[in-house]
Amino acid sequence: MADWHAERRARDERLAAGSKFSTGKMVAPKDVTGLLEALVRPGDRICLEGDNQKQADFLAACLANADPKVLHDLHVVQSGIVLPEHIDLFEKGIAKKLDFSFSGPQSHAIPRVLKSGNVELGAIHTYIELFARYFVDLTPHVALTVARSADRQGNLYMGPNTEDSPSVIEATAFKGGIVVAQVNEIVDRLPRVDIPGDRVDFVVATSKPFYIEPLFTRDPASITETQILAAMMAIKGVYAEYGIKRLNHGIGFNTAAIELLLPTYADKLGLKGKIATHWALNPHPTLIPAIESGWVKQIHSFGSEVGMDDYMRARPDIYFTGRDGSMASNRMYCQLAGLYATDLFIGSSLQIDLDGNSSTVTVDRIAGFGGAPNMGSDAHGRRHASGPWLKAGREAVDGHPAVMRGRKLVVQIVETFSEKMVPAFVERLDSLELAEKFKLDLAPIMIYGDDVTHIVSEEGIANLLLCRTREEREQAIRGIAGFTEVGRRRDRKMVAQLRERKIIRYPEDLGINPLDADRSLLAARSIQDLMHWSGNLYDPPNKFRNW
Amino acid sequence: MQNLRFRHTAKRRLSGTKDKAIIGVVASGNLEVLLERVLPEAACEVEIATPFRGYDDTWKAVIAEFVERSSPGGLRISINDGGARPDTVYLRLMQGSSLMEAQ
Repeated sequence: MADWHAERRARDERLAAGSKFSTGKMVAPKDVTGLLEALVRPGDRICLEGDNQKQADFLAACLANADPKVLHDLHVVQSGIVLPEHIDLFEKGIAKKLDFSFSGPQSHAIPRVLKSGNVELGAIHTYIELFARYFVDLTPHVALTVARSADRQGNLYMGPNTEDSPSVIEATAFKGGIVVAQVNEIVDRLPRVDIPGDRVDFVVATSKPFYIEPLFTRDPASITETQILAAMMAIKGVYAEYGIKRLNHGIGFNTAAIELLLPTYADKLGLKGKIATHWALNPHPTLIPAIESGWVKQIHSFGSEVGMDDYMRARPDIYFTGRDGSMASNRMYCQLAGLYATDLFIGSSLQIDLDGNSSTVTVDRIAGFGGAPNMGSDAHGRRHASGPWLKAGREAVDGHPAVMRGRKLVVQIVETFSEKMVPAFVERLDSLELAEKFKLDLAPIMIYGDDVTHIVSEEGIANLLLCRTREEREQAIRGIAGFTEVGRRRDRKMVAQLRERKIIRYPEDLGINPLDADRSLLAARSIQDLMHWSGNLYDPPNKFRNW
Repeated sequence: MQNLRFRHTAKRRLSGTKDKAIIGVVASGNLEVLLERVLPEAACEVEIATPFRGYDDTWKAVIAEFVERSSPGGLRISINDGGARPDTVYLRLMQGSSLMEAQ
């Protein structure tokens, strides 16, 4: 007789072992390490959220305290490697294998543990790629999630920070896995239910609220005039040129500058209502002036941002909000929105090579990807037309092929030199050296050159759609690479020809006066300005309060 | 402190009649540029005072690119550098020549 219930039996055994530490679903904080040692088995796939922003920090600390003789060889399948405890799991021998997406704050620790041989690296994924694998071959046995509050049935309220949880919990709970949640408080009645209680097995109320990493705040005070110049070129040479209404912005000072120029520079160009109306975007505080000036119709978000809760609650026409009034995010849905329903992605990168490939990896830093490779790719499954998509598609080919398809605009915006005079344009990506050093099957490339349509620097715009040969592409990139080695090795004659064909455009070609690249053009010049724009609803995190 | 001097012949005289302009400030990562219309027709001289040594080639490239792209004939340009990146230097020079052209 075939046995069709082994998975369910195993789950029942785990639950029985775990129930020694709980009253109903409720577990006391001091019993959590014991609970995890009872629930989790060596070799399990475990998802410890570990999101882009919110962190199940208490559960992470409890798991890192487990006895490696009891818990070992775990396979960590989580999107964010963010907390020091995530690294501790590997250094203590509790976890062995790692599949992840993003490692911002721990980007220097990952190469260290790789070097020491404590980590067996599966792959660095984009978010929806990892979530997709939760439903195919990386289904977690145990998920450790985090919510603002729970009731006694285990229903969870996550407020604006839903993020990865619905995807993680759906995959775990419906495939015989176990879900443990840490919450800030237990309440009788939740503001709304983000996760139904029958998907949650254990709940612990912690004494300290869970940690949220503020990732999307850029202080306008730090925006430079060269960043403003590049932002002006992006607005006039790309957004206006293609009529971009639906878009996603990556994080960085360049894109923050664009957001702050919408109510000023773009308004003067008469672009209000014609560009930047519908967004897949985290709640960037620097978009507040554009929202308050009536530029933005709506925004769906991957996650939240510290300090934006009250502002978003007060602007339900703009943000997605629950019946309780608080904003609702969902990383899986928003990533899909960015892939299929936007016409432009614009983001920054650390290195770009002569084919337009980009990477945020250097030999001592593996930051992972997050969502950029997904946002920054042409969706080959897309079947709806739009003006910008068709225009880009036409530019990519000569003549009129019988079957025409559009192209998503994928724009990289970079400064030719970083603050420490490190060039953004390189002959060879550090990523390739890293892949050789750690014998990776695949060098981590954030955005492949053949997906990139435009590169914007403070020197100019390179339109790669219009390039017809590899040599043209290389010279188009050199032609905007400023005074970096790559830029100074340009073929001046060929660059002049590319400029004639509008493949390269400089500020003077776009009718941009360099004198206008001034900080007075920014709609907000400080965090305090952003607070004022928001009617004091925006409550910036302490590290941005310098007054 | 290092002093550098470059002499160029521009394609043409810079338009406008303004005889002097100043832009920028001497601060960390920034620079001050003084532009004076005192030279004959297409001549252009640039004098740089910088606290950082070893960037002669970069300065040379930045000034050459500026002369090529904005044709600042007739100008003597004096730069007081505070350790600005080349992109900032180039932007300031372009801003300076824009100021000199303004009516």
